[in-house]
Amino acid sequence: MSPTVLQVWEVGALTTVQDEGRPGHAHLGVPRAGALDRPAAALANRLVGNESSAAVLEVTLGGLVLRATHGCWVAVTGAVLPVSVDGAGRGHTRAEWLPAGAELRLGRPASGVRSYVAVAGGLDVAPVLGSRSTDTLAWVGPPRVAAGDELPVGAATGRPAPLDTPRPPRTGPLRVLPGPRVDWFGAGALAALCGPAYVVEADSNRVGLRLDGPPLQRVRDGELASEGMVLGAVQVPPSGRPVVFLADHPPTGGYPVVAVVHPDDLWQCAQLRPGERVRFRPDPRGATR
Amino acid sequence: MHSRPVGRHALLVEVDDARAALSLATWARSGALAAVPGLAGGCEEVVPAARTVLFDGVADVGALEAALAGWTPTEESVDGPLVEIQVTYDGSDLAVVAEAWGTDEAGVVAAHTAVDFTAAFCGFAPGFAYLAGLPEERWVPRLESPRARLPAGSVGLADRWCGVYPTESPGGWRLLGRTDAVLWDPAREQPALLAPGTRVRFVAR
Repeated sequence: MSPTVLQVWEVGALTTVQDEGRPGHAHLGVPRAGALDRPAAALANRLVGNESSAAVLEVTLGGLVLRATHGCWVAVTGAVLPVSVDGAGRGHTRAEWLPAGAELRLGRPASGVRSYVAVAGGLDVAPVLGSRSTDTLAWVGPPRVAAGDELPVGAATGRPAPLDTPRPPRTGPLRVLPGPRVDWFGAGALAALCGPAYVVEADSNRVGLRLDGPPLQRVRDGELASEGMVLGAVQVPPSGRPVVFLADHPPTGGYPVVAVVHPDDLWQCAQLRPGERVRFRPDPRGATR
Repeated sequence: MHSRPVGRHALLVEVDDARAALSLATWARSGALAAVPGLAGGCEEVVPAARTVLFDGVADVGALEAALAGWTPTEESVDGPLVEIQVTYDGSDLAVVAEAWGTDEAGVVAAHTAVDFTAAFCGFAPGFAYLAGLPEERWVPRLESPRARLPAGSVGLADRWCGVYPTESPGGWRLLGRTDAVLWDPAREQPALLAPGTRVRFVAR
């Protein structure tokens, strides 16, 4: 039997292939990439019986339409949106059978930004540096998905999970730990960051969540020599308005990092829309020392 | 050496300069960390930069800090492979650089090809290496405003660094010339031609 292929008809605003990313290449200038809402991508994989490392589709604001050449199990997670197969409504966050030739259509999410489509067997596009993730900063990895693409699917190894009832991580202010340059913003820097509500800016993307709000004031001048950046770094450019670095962030940067968002809260950054508000709070478990 | 925590699983270590950063990163990658209890997996990323090394994806930051106390800056540990890069010296800033260096264009070529460069760290784009080695009197400021589009293979100078653009991109470096060398190829076993630690000589063609 020839392998299953997903035929892509429509892609919405941006659809990319993502897996757990390609860490280990930052010293060569390569962003890690990977699904922005990792718990949602992992859940989609579990629902169709995949390993967590299987590649899925990350769909920005819905609008994906595809057909499969052979019947296969699929699951849609993340931002909640209408899911249909040949026009008949199907469930979100559950394994659904997509018959051969039938049309899977994702509508628009009422809230949230990124939805994930897993298919049993995972997407089998060619990996680059050990990962099938598309990095939208330097475009390492597969190209963005386009209408007309044919995406190969691997052989299914597991069985779909009839039920997966994960406890969704609690939403709320993003927990932050002190960053390496917190001292550039004075003794009350974390308190200042954790006070106001910030508004998500329209130019937020997979590289960073850009926030508008009261600018953070530096207490020291001078330029910072470029240094390594971590996922979740809260970088403060000269405007004083923070940027939370997400999966496609540049591996090095020249603006001071005041704080780092707790890894378990980063998924929320994937689902915040421009205009929505977000707050920070100190991680109650404190820093490493 | 001074270290700063970066969240719970990373450490930013400050050192004197790019050479010390490269030395520390090379030491850390050589397996020195894998033997330390609590660091069995080493760490996910070791990222040298101009005056720092970032250790990211570290299970036990305290164990890492203890292990780093055993490191002292050495020069011999950064003696990487030598790569020669053939350059056509026809860059649009050749005359400006010649004036800054108090020589003519042939003098720029002679001086640039005489430098032993070392790839100190990568950044800006995959495979873009910051090459250290220019004597201080040859440092030139970058352009006031970057050019919108530089072809892949452009060889340029900015401040204390020399660099080669792996792909077409905007850029503010002073251009000396261009090369056909493939700086970045993810299909290669070593995707970056000029990974940190690589020694580099430029050759006029």
